[in-house]
Amino acid sequence: MPKLTFKGGVHPKDNKEHTCMKEIRELEQPEFLVFPLSQHIGAPCAPLVKKGDRVYRGTKIADSPAFVSAPIHSSVSGTVTAIEPRPVPNGQTVDSIIVQNDFTDELDPSIKPLDYKSVKPDDIPALVREAGVVGMGGATFPTHVKLSPPPDKKIDTVIVNGAECEPYLTSDHRVMLETPEELVLGLKIILYRFGITNGHIAIEENKPDAISLLEGQCAKEGITVDTLKKKYPQGGEKQLIYAVTRRKVPLGGLPADVGVVVVNVDTCTAIARCFMYGLPLTRRIVTLVGGAIADPCNYRVRIGTPVDYIIEKAGGFAVEPKKVIMGGPIMGQAQFRLDVPIIKGSSAILCLTEKEAQLPEEGSCFRCGRCVEHCPMGLMPLYISKFSRMEDYESCEKYNITACIECGCCSFECPAKRHLVQDIRRGKQEVMGIIRARQAAQKEVK
Amino acid sequence: MENRLTVSSSPHIRGRESISDTMLDVILALMPAAFASVFFFGQRALAVILVSVASCVGFEVLYELAAKKKITVSDYSAVVTGMLLAYTLPVTTPYPMVIIGAFVAIVIAKQLFGGLGQNFMNPALAGRAFLLAAFPTHITNWASGRVGIFETDAVTSATPLSTEFHGEMPSLLNAFLGRMNDGGAMGGSLGETCAAALLLGGVYLLIRRVINLRIPLAYILTVAAMSFIPGKNPALQGQPLLAVLTGGVMLGAIFMATDYATSPTTKWGQINYGIGCGAITSVIRLFGGYPEGVTYAIMLMNVLTPLLDRWTKPRVFGAVKEAKAK
Repeated sequence: MPKLTFKGGVHPKDNKEHTCMKEIRELEQPEFLVFPLSQHIGAPCAPLVKKGDRVYRGTKIADSPAFVSAPIHSSVSGTVTAIEPRPVPNGQTVDSIIVQNDFTDELDPSIKPLDYKSVKPDDIPALVREAGVVGMGGATFPTHVKLSPPPDKKIDTVIVNGAECEPYLTSDHRVMLETPEELVLGLKIILYRFGITNGHIAIEENKPDAISLLEGQCAKEGITVDTLKKKYPQGGEKQLIYAVTRRKVPLGGLPADVGVVVVNVDTCTAIARCFMYGLPLTRRIVTLVGGAIADPCNYRVRIGTPVDYIIEKAGGFAVEPKKVIMGGPIMGQAQFRLDVPIIKGSSAILCLTEKEAQLPEEGSCFRCGRCVEHCPMGLMPLYISKFSRMEDYESCEKYNITACIECGCCSFECPAKRHLVQDIRRGKQEVMGIIRARQAAQKEVK
Repeated sequence: MENRLTVSSSPHIRGRESISDTMLDVILALMPAAFASVFFFGQRALAVILVSVASCVGFEVLYELAAKKKITVSDYSAVVTGMLLAYTLPVTTPYPMVIIGAFVAIVIAKQLFGGLGQNFMNPALAGRAFLLAAFPTHITNWASGRVGIFETDAVTSATPLSTEFHGEMPSLLNAFLGRMNDGGAMGGSLGETCAAALLLGGVYLLIRRVINLRIPLAYILTVAAMSFIPGKNPALQGQPLLAVLTGGVMLGAIFMATDYATSPTTKWGQINYGIGCGAITSVIRLFGGYPEGVTYAIMLMNVLTPLLDRWTKPRVFGAVKEAKAK
């Protein structure tokens, strides 16, 4: 069978050998944990606790009445010492709840296991929301929203995204190897919610051990394990859906428009744990890797743990890092300070040495067309980037700038080392603003 | 320590390929034709190539110094232009004319429009077109054998494409190798004669993925197909292979029309561009005043490139609805 894939994309060196064979390690708990009130796409939460309050592991400490939002839980037991602005990985400063750990790791009394079959399918999303589950691949879109599509969108396929196509990252790979039963249970819960049986676990070909292990686990469950070609951005939602189902998510649409729900591996296990143990989302797996790291490995980290603490406890730096990235090297965010906390979407801490961090100087575009050839969305990055630099947003829109998924294939492939996706990202923000303003104006007229 | 961290926009890693790698591949791919030119036309061929390359690089440096721009000769694009310009000239072209051609190519066609990638016309072809207009007799003076470095008058012959050509048409094998049936060189510019050498370079560029098949194949097939149309030169009618192997089609299709800066970036743009180049070349050959039309065909299509790109935008992934609405 030919391996499943999509059109376009690039082949970066995957650099996964540093961590993919090592078992996930438990990281010690820090004394102070930081819980930013916005760790997801959607409305920020408001604190439910105040300074001096006692909290347990799993206690809900912040929530929002908005639908597109997810509550936040304390990942340790201890005392709230402050609610104050703190820096977060995306470079902003966000109001955060600070909890001082008492190291007793006492569970919140409300936490108890629940058999998902005793729950009505339509009540599953509310329970997932209550557990604070969001997309843990990095986008942090609240998962219960995905599980509650509008009634006219009939879901017939659920795909667990085990592509992990970004170089260096191996957290999903390790989760698939070490807790396959949680993964399969998570998928079964989602299938149960939609009353369907068509479940897929899609994995890139560079993880043959995970593929064969899950094939064994899934055979009796009627779940399909798909082998994907190793290519970036194979794990992009639209690319993955096309590879597995040959369906194309319409421009500006959502996976639900083609009857599909996609969840990340760690998200899927988080859903399983909120039934198996009744545990809300309070920890995640983080790949700590890069040439500057002394002992690269995957760690099970309490959400809210500061990055510098993790690096210190994990053996520190081998050499001084020149660049520290939250997430993978292609789409991750470079950090300017290391006291930021791990949040729900932090899949990796990538510490690059001076040599690894070196970026070539930008030359002039000589129209080789490689960006066009490799764009998985069928765009023309060379033109869009030029229009964005000229602030010609009308042309940007005509060239479908809003369809850009910011995967960075164009910049990666460009022989002139143009900052294509950077220009496009900026232009996209502007165009989105213009479109919103236009829609608002149209509404007023009506 | 915090202050020493670099912060930049993603992606944080880049592919290895650079502009100079691409240009070096092109230079390498042009080498077989250089050897062939020396074999057929003697040492002067090498001298013309060296003068052309040196002047192109020299003018690029001088212009960039004068304009206080960054010196970009290390991307090797001027070397490529120099080689291509020399390949379009007869071996007997006087050296000062080569230098003038290099000036037109680098300063006027390339740098005045903003340098690499900003030019709308292939610089080497612009240089040749200028020389053809300014010194028509020198630029259509085809030697039939080897010429010494300082000789300018050699035994000449008409190209098989010309209506003034009355000799025996070369066999297909000889045309492929670049010689007449008597063993002399096939009349033509110094780089275009040996189709075999050009093809070898073309295959290398294809393997290295520097070029793709769309433009060269569309170009060559169009010329071959149009060779069946009756034109001014009945000896060539119905000879598709001869039409492709003689004249500048191979050099043009593989190395000139595929110039990144002046050719479309989309799949269908490239196919249409190749067909356009082939059609204009054939029309000039069949009905025009010149025996050969490669230079003007490609230059005309160069000008159409931005429009071709705009007309052939690839379909955006998932844009099915939009396409139906049209």
